[in-house]
Amino acid sequence: MQRKLRTAIIGTGNIGTDLLVKITRSEYLECVLCAGRNLNSPGMKKASGMNIPVSPNSIDAIIQSAGDIDLVFDATSAQDHYTNSKIFRELGLIAIDLTPSRVGKMCIPAVNMQDCLEEDNLNMVTCGGQASIPLAYAIASVNKEIEYIETISSIASRSAGPATRINLDEYLQTTEMGIKSFSNADRSKAILNLNPAVPCVDMQTTVLAKIANPDLVGTKEAILKMVAKLQTYIPGYELIVEPMIENGRLAVMVRVRGLGDYLPSFAGNLDIINCAAIAAAEAFAKKRAQA
Amino acid sequence: MSTKKIIITDPSLRDGSHACSHQITEEQLLAYAKSADETGVDYIEVGHGNGLGASSLQLGENLIEEKRMLQLARSVIHKSKLSVHVMPGFATIEREIRQAMDIGVDLFRVASHCTEADITMRHINYIRAQGKEVWGILMMTHLATKEVLLEEAQKMQSYGAKAIVLMDSAGAFLPADVESKIGHLSQHLVVPVGFHAHNNMGLSVANSLTAINAGASIVDATACGFGAGAGNTPIELLAAAMFQLKLDSNLDLYKVLETSDLARVLFAKNLPFSNSTTVVSGITGIFSGFAKIVERVSKELKVDPKDVFFELGRRKVIGGQEDLILEVASELSKKNN
Repeated sequence: MQRKLRTAIIGTGNIGTDLLVKITRSEYLECVLCAGRNLNSPGMKKASGMNIPVSPNSIDAIIQSAGDIDLVFDATSAQDHYTNSKIFRELGLIAIDLTPSRVGKMCIPAVNMQDCLEEDNLNMVTCGGQASIPLAYAIASVNKEIEYIETISSIASRSAGPATRINLDEYLQTTEMGIKSFSNADRSKAILNLNPAVPCVDMQTTVLAKIANPDLVGTKEAILKMVAKLQTYIPGYELIVEPMIENGRLAVMVRVRGLGDYLPSFAGNLDIINCAAIAAAEAFAKKRAQA
Repeated sequence: MSTKKIIITDPSLRDGSHACSHQITEEQLLAYAKSADETGVDYIEVGHGNGLGASSLQLGENLIEEKRMLQLARSVIHKSKLSVHVMPGFATIEREIRQAMDIGVDLFRVASHCTEADITMRHINYIRAQGKEVWGILMMTHLATKEVLLEEAQKMQSYGAKAIVLMDSAGAFLPADVESKIGHLSQHLVVPVGFHAHNNMGLSVANSLTAINAGASIVDATACGFGAGAGNTPIELLAAAMFQLKLDSNLDLYKVLETSDLARVLFAKNLPFSNSTTVVSGITGIFSGFAKIVERVSKELKVDPKDVFFELGRRKVIGGQEDLILEVASELSKKNN
């Protein structure tokens, strides 16, 4: 067996720390560095406790250790990723971007992983995008000419950190662009709700579409197949309303529970984008193993 | 009661959008806006029921597209100011807010669920920076204590909101709730405080007067209560009560009454009324905009709309989560069969 793919994480907030837990469980990945800004942050302490090398020097730490890294997960911010992405490219590192920067190709592992393996920067879209785009793609695979497609996600308030709250507009724009391009719909829309209910609500995502003559039987088959594929890398992904036609709309709904690795299980929104990022990194690892 | 002048905001052409499943016609919009512009009402609010960018399959699509709606309203509103409702999560700065500014909207009422004020920061900042008037709106305020509401309102005030309006979006307030929450905010905020009622328990006028008494200086009211669920505070009844109580505002009582008579004809098919569904909606504390959708889906899936409301209440759904109606009704329908 070949060595594991050597990965580094930049940004050690909730997303970065949860990713670390997932990496240590992977057969194909290892984490060689967690780079952030504050060694006293909960994420850094967690990493140190797991005997993972840590550094407060952020991007400079990545530059210094570049020779020992194959792939970097960027869990900073869109602003930071614009700068970081250029550095990763110069260093010859593959970048998996968890910010809504839209620098790299949009990657939905269940849909377009094979088309992504020649890229050096993958954008993981948004949490709502990872939940809804596979459904939109499945709908489009059996229904030609989708006039309009829409996705609504509701997440627990407690799972939405300051960055998410400030970047709602970017979330909507990135999700809308993703769902439109993967479904070839003429128009698209994304909606996000933050629900403060206690106990915290699970992430729930709905896809609604306007289609002239929808093939409901075919759609159901395609959705079930897609959900099964998603469950191979997002165990908490669950179909809760099978495709149905109501008031001239095709509707389908899913719930996403997290694995509860670093974040509570209601934070399915954070879990799903990390599960997708791990699936993408593992695809690179498998490709290298075959080379 | 107070002697200050009460500002009156008329969102008939925004909240009323819910009452007709967002099918307000160009003729209705023009006729109503022209007439309301003569009543002395300070602001006339126009748009989809959930505000800018909310026309969707989730909530129902507008008959007239947003841009056209605002342009038509702008063309006939001269004395009052033109207002829009803005919910981050639906509306974005780049798409909807810029367009509304280009059309000449005067006031942006940026709204969030009552505990989520921080999602309005960027939008309020932006509107302020463009030199436009902006207020902060807290919705579903029956779900938070007066202390939490004050904290959230203070956030909006710090972002630059020039007034804070508490919405009783579910029509769940009793007069004592109004007194306590509006009173607390009026005492502690620097900016004026407003109240927006729904009539699920027949308390909209009483609650609005209580709000004024507790320190509110802004009140929302619509013609014949034309609004979501059981409707809002009927402006003609509020104007009459304020006339009797000698409360000062810019309203001309006769013009308000005439405009309401016109609205009764214009919106005859969709005027709100109380029924078992709106009562249950109120006591379960569900966003009033859900009413029409709950009725439609319950009929299609052959379930009791009252059961749907109680289950939605148990799940503590908020405005924007209308897709859950479908899930809850589907589940109930499976159980029944």
